[in-house]
Amino acid sequence: MVTRRNIVHGAVFLITTLLSTAGIFLLLEAEFLFIVQVILYVGGIMVLFVFVIMLVNLDVSMRQVQFNRQWFVAGALALVLAAQFLFAIWAGRGALRLPAMAAEISPKNTEAVADALFSHYMLPFEIASILLLVAMIGAVVMAKRRVG
Amino acid sequence: MPFVLPVLYAVVIVAVLPLLAGYIVLMERKVMADMQARLGPMRVGPHGLLQPIADAVKLLLKEDIIPDKADRLMFWFAPLVSVTMALLAYSALAIGPVFQIADLNIGLLFILAISSLGIYGIVLGGWASNSHYSLLGALRSAAQLVSYETAAGLGLISVLLLAGSLSMKDIVQAQSDQGVWFGFSVPFGFFIYLVGSIAETNRAPFDLPEAESELVAGYMTEYSGFRWSLYFLAEYANMVVVAGIATTLFLGGWLRPGARYHEHIPGTGVEWLDALPALLTLGVALYSLSLAPKQPVKIQKIVMVLVALLCLGVAGVLGGSLFAPPAVMQGIHGAFWFMAKVFAYIYAFLWIRFTFPRYRFDQLMRLGWRFLIPLALVNVIGVGVAIVLRQQFAWGPIVSLIPTTLGTLGVAMLLAKDDAPTATAHLVDGE
Repeated sequence: MVTRRNIVHGAVFLITTLLSTAGIFLLLEAEFLFIVQVILYVGGIMVLFVFVIMLVNLDVSMRQVQFNRQWFVAGALALVLAAQFLFAIWAGRGALRLPAMAAEISPKNTEAVADALFSHYMLPFEIASILLLVAMIGAVVMAKRRVG
Repeated sequence: MPFVLPVLYAVVIVAVLPLLAGYIVLMERKVMADMQARLGPMRVGPHGLLQPIADAVKLLLKEDIIPDKADRLMFWFAPLVSVTMALLAYSALAIGPVFQIADLNIGLLFILAISSLGIYGIVLGGWASNSHYSLLGALRSAAQLVSYETAAGLGLISVLLLAGSLSMKDIVQAQSDQGVWFGFSVPFGFFIYLVGSIAETNRAPFDLPEAESELVAGYMTEYSGFRWSLYFLAEYANMVVVAGIATTLFLGGWLRPGARYHEHIPGTGVEWLDALPALLTLGVALYSLSLAPKQPVKIQKIVMVLVALLCLGVAGVLGGSLFAPPAVMQGIHGAFWFMAKVFAYIYAFLWIRFTFPRYRFDQLMRLGWRFLIPLALVNVIGVGVAIVLRQQFAWGPIVSLIPTTLGTLGVAMLLAKDDAPTATAHLVDGE
């Protein structure tokens, strides 16, 4: 994603990354989170990203120098990360097997999420929704002011 | 082997769908011709019945052009995204109680998510063409989809509240249990989804992304040949998908009309209404046969007889399954009724297309944000109230929704009244 000069290609790579994240949810048998990830991030937010990116004049940004070439730092960080991955894989080598398909897929995934949200985590859920509402109203007010 | 049947269904769908899309195009041209008092395609095959095949061959033989300044990779990739997503959505549609690839417990959300990914095909294709018309078409498409997806989703929520499930099978089952198609119990949900689905599939009167008079052909201006036909296939496949969603959620899916009416044909265990599909197709077969001698050319006579034989075969399957085990009969007849409802919905699409003129872009946005979304919110709240009435005071499934429908109707009239002066004031200002 970060190696692409063309920002639209970068956005497409970001989409595939988000789809892969959704795939991890699916492997964990959290179907509802999987589909919400796809709908919200891939189907909603990234559409807006691409929408805005397409309006940018790409010819200019392609010619600009976008990167500071710091090969040494980047290489060192990549090595550390690779070592961490290798260690994690090595430490969990016994579990690197796909579990046998469950005889019956648990049908209550959506209900389980709803139960947790509306009983145990009621307060944080409501706070988050009020925050979103405030943000939305704020955005509308600011947009209105600029027009008027 | 649990995978054999789903794989078979998938192969059937992928193989049949391009043909189906071709014939929906023919149906569109014929309906358009009929509404404009013309004949439509008449040359290729009797009454133009082979026209889709001729069109397909022509498209495959056309030169495939990639513009010089286009982004080649994305140009190549974008139509594939469109068509893949359109086909993938079929994996969760329940075409009858048996004919379904996978009964996901998040079925409806899956279909919505997948079909909303199809927008990337349009947006990336429009951008990759490196043409102003294409880019404008793609931008309009993205804006339109984001606006109307919200409204259509809120329209669907009213049904989810009533059904209490996201699985396509359970939603149809809930309609069977409650004894009413949800289109009748929440008419406003149905109306909002109808408008939203027309906008989502970029059909007239909301076909601004490909408005010929303004943008040549919108996002597919630079496409030709096979890639262009992929876009076209995706558009028609998406039409079938939204029609399938509407059928499942609002029109009772594979349920037979008059499911409670059990009058038997005397002397047999067969119900009159179950015999209806077979009799209908038999009638079509006989009609085609009677038309055959009137065809002008010998080859057209032969094709007409073949069509009659095809209808006769379908009638045989539909009639024969009446005496088969109930599971087989339910599967075949369920698929018949599902497809019949899907085509009725598509016919409504075409009817609307040839009736209404195209919206202007600001009108489109105003309709979406100022009318449909508030209306959908009121409708969802009303359905919540109705469910409380049903659970607390034991009102019937239809009676409890009457106050909701009337209340939503009132709000709709209020919104429409509010909106009317601004629409004309806008024109007077000359903006």
